[in-house]
Amino acid sequence: MTELNTKTIAELSGMLEQGLCTSVEIVNDVLAAIDAHDGKIGAYLTIDRGAALAQAKAADQARAAGTTGPLLGIPLAVKDLLNVKGQPCTCSSKILEGYISPYDATAIAKLRATGAVFLGRVNMDEFAMGSSTESSAYKKTRNPWNTDHVPGGSSGGSAASIAADEAIAALGSDTGGSIRQPAAFCGCVGLKPTYGMISRYGLTAFASSLDQIGPITKTVKDSAILLTAMSGKDEMDSTSVDMAVPNFAEELTDDHSLKGMKLGLPKEYFVEGMDPEVEASVRAAVEHCKQLGAEIVAVSLPHSKYAIAVYYIIATAEASANLARFDGIRYGLRKDGADPIELYGKTRAAGFGSEVKRRIILGTYVLSSGYYDAYYLRAQKVRTLIRNDFTEAFKQCDAILAPVTPTPAYKIGEKSNDPLKMYLDDILTTPVNLAGICGLSVPCGFSKAGLPIGLQILGDSFKEANILKVGHAYEQTTDWKKRKPVL
Amino acid sequence: MTDATHMDVSYVAHLARIHLADGEAELFQGQLDQVLTYVEQLGELDVSNVEPTAHAMALVNVLREDTPRPSLDHADVIANAPASRDGQILVPKINEQF
Repeated sequence: MTELNTKTIAELSGMLEQGLCTSVEIVNDVLAAIDAHDGKIGAYLTIDRGAALAQAKAADQARAAGTTGPLLGIPLAVKDLLNVKGQPCTCSSKILEGYISPYDATAIAKLRATGAVFLGRVNMDEFAMGSSTESSAYKKTRNPWNTDHVPGGSSGGSAASIAADEAIAALGSDTGGSIRQPAAFCGCVGLKPTYGMISRYGLTAFASSLDQIGPITKTVKDSAILLTAMSGKDEMDSTSVDMAVPNFAEELTDDHSLKGMKLGLPKEYFVEGMDPEVEASVRAAVEHCKQLGAEIVAVSLPHSKYAIAVYYIIATAEASANLARFDGIRYGLRKDGADPIELYGKTRAAGFGSEVKRRIILGTYVLSSGYYDAYYLRAQKVRTLIRNDFTEAFKQCDAILAPVTPTPAYKIGEKSNDPLKMYLDDILTTPVNLAGICGLSVPCGFSKAGLPIGLQILGDSFKEANILKVGHAYEQTTDWKKRKPVL
Repeated sequence: MTDATHMDVSYVAHLARIHLADGEAELFQGQLDQVLTYVEQLGELDVSNVEPTAHAMALVNVLREDTPRPSLDHADVIANAPASRDGQILVPKINEQF
């Protein structure tokens, strides 16, 4: 049995159930792939071989004793801002170098209870602030499809690990596109669940009203499996929603018909400056969904163009408050000073990278006396308008189809010195977080240069079943997922 | 939003407790001025009758019973402290009289 690392959760759980492989064999194949390729890709910050093999062995023993489940013995890569007890959690920042999590995030605890295996920590933009994983304080992660290009971000390590078959599935977080954009850049599936679906306890906070944990996987069905396992009310996160969690994977049928579904096409999402190859691939995907029986309707999201401005005010404001906790007192880096004020200033100067400093300063400014109404309050009001746009659009359709990004993955270094240019690339993903709704990124083609292109499928709050259904039908009737990067 | 280009980066960095290195204030000043100029477009919209959204979902206070339960392992927490003594976190002096 070779190359178990290339398989999906659904395939492996079937093989495990039939006794065709063991979890230890899966983990060994994954570790071999990491050893062979990660020197070039740079997805992982740390690999916990001993713990992963011990968890795999325990999963095999549990299975022998009669335990079952779709995630029992499946090895996952974890973005370095989700706490896994006993493992480092640096958020790719020097300010948390050496920090060892004293507890499991709720999403991790739920996965641990299903018998999932945690391989190690994958790279990200520092504190999830970035769109290319270049702001990591530790290393560069490269796009497996072309190592001169970025993997996207901030969950760039998660997406690269999946594209390179260095994990079976990965966890990320999405504040303004940080799951969907790297998934699109690396040719994976990425799901940003509705705000409140998955507890944020143990997810290091960036912008608390926008952050959500979600999966990056090889197939839509695998995302559905992980969503089912992680969702639900948690008393440790008062914004988690109390509702019955359906089995999203079992709801996916194999008839691949979209008959009876109305899919909205927003004209505002085909923006000026969009790469023609991206537009052509997405429009072909829309036509494909029509062939599967969907009715395509024109919808309008008129305030979309304001999303970047609103996002970079609200997200930085929340970040400036959330990152106040990194002060050199209770954990992380400390640089001594003559008094506490100097200690804070020196610690944060040494511990944070440029992008994090820039965003904290911007966030502090927009919340400061005299500017609050002009920036923060106004942004919150425009956020309402963006939400209302989606509410109106979803009266006319069951899901919305759009591109994920205006271009395929760009080159490493191309935008890292121009923050505003990098921010503007988030134009198609940030509205989803501002509205709190769910979004899925599914591969829908390749550029002539061989870089993946993503289709974004948006659903109203708690309508994950709709977007998973569309994504699954599209994926199962197209061949994009069969392509693999040459490593 | 007419003061957009007048943000004093050094002063705001002080409020945010971040010491800036030589050249950093000038670099950030230019980059953040660009961002602030960009966000001025929000001024085009009439939002006088729009309620602000603080959260994607309308939430009221969420309460639970105040009952004791296990907390984090003491040794694990102290192990992450930059300085500790006798199982407690050592912090810098904040008052010269003590």
